[in-house]
Amino acid sequence: MSESHDSRQAAQGHGHEHPRHELSYYAKRIYAIRDLLLEKGVITENDIQRQIEYQEARTPVNGAKLVARAWTDPDFKSRLIADPKAACAEMGIDATALNEFVVLENTENARHMVVCTLCSCYPRPILGRPPDWYKSFNYRQRAVNDPRGVMREFGLMLPDDVELRVHDSTADIRYLVLPLRPKGTENLSVAELEKLVTRDSMIGVTDPLPDVAK
Amino acid sequence: MSDGAQMRFKPGDRVRVRAEDRPGHIRTPWYVRGKTGWIEKIQGDFLNPELLAYGRDGMPKKTLYLVAFNEADVWGASQGPRDKVLVDIYDHWLDPAA
Repeated sequence: MSESHDSRQAAQGHGHEHPRHELSYYAKRIYAIRDLLLEKGVITENDIQRQIEYQEARTPVNGAKLVARAWTDPDFKSRLIADPKAACAEMGIDATALNEFVVLENTENARHMVVCTLCSCYPRPILGRPPDWYKSFNYRQRAVNDPRGVMREFGLMLPDDVELRVHDSTADIRYLVLPLRPKGTENLSVAELEKLVTRDSMIGVTDPLPDVAK
Repeated sequence: MSDGAQMRFKPGDRVRVRAEDRPGHIRTPWYVRGKTGWIEKIQGDFLNPELLAYGRDGMPKKTLYLVAFNEADVWGASQGPRDKVLVDIYDHWLDPAA
């Protein structure tokens, strides 16, 4: 990944390949902080590399496993909603880094969409790193004041009579949307269902993929 | 509560978000300050992020509420008749509302 490449480059002092004057203010600041931490021995290059690997090992596949299991196992779905962290542990997913974790279940009559208007709060252990658009000012503003417009841009026309509940995750709670299972997927296995559960459907801006096998 | 948090509201209570303007690590978004909604759910007691952000211990804990707002009450218009914005807001930012 470019991130680990950049960090190795800079850590070895090969800054000439990525001249710092081309970096943004915040990028320069974070490299300066990183260099100072290395110089003062607070952390090592290995620590940084391990942290990058840890961050990148967490992907939306974790969320897809939770959703597909919830679609096929009503008891698990109840446990996932009642105690999401325990349900994660049951599936071998480490959610302990989350302070509080809440699962929002979509129904035919009400659906959920998640934003963090203040920064980029996101259930990283479950979905990995947030996409750039999630952190953009555009999304953070429009998710709360034009949520149906945002959904249309993601290709979703929400009927007027469906209640849209936009959660602004400002504080200690991280949210995962449990989307509705697509119709016509009754015969799919859990593994096949997992492939239909997209990251964006767990943020709530889209539906899961339809059964592409048909 | 022994840790100092006070549960002042229960689900269904009408609340108004304080229209305060002060610097700091404020977790109450601007667009709901001064707006009226209702308590949807009590999230629990949490260390106060406005103190934690400055290296302090975050005590006393603050009750965190999930507060629901009708979209029209926040923006003056609503895209869907039942659309809502739901925001997690700490106790000290809320006043009772009629």
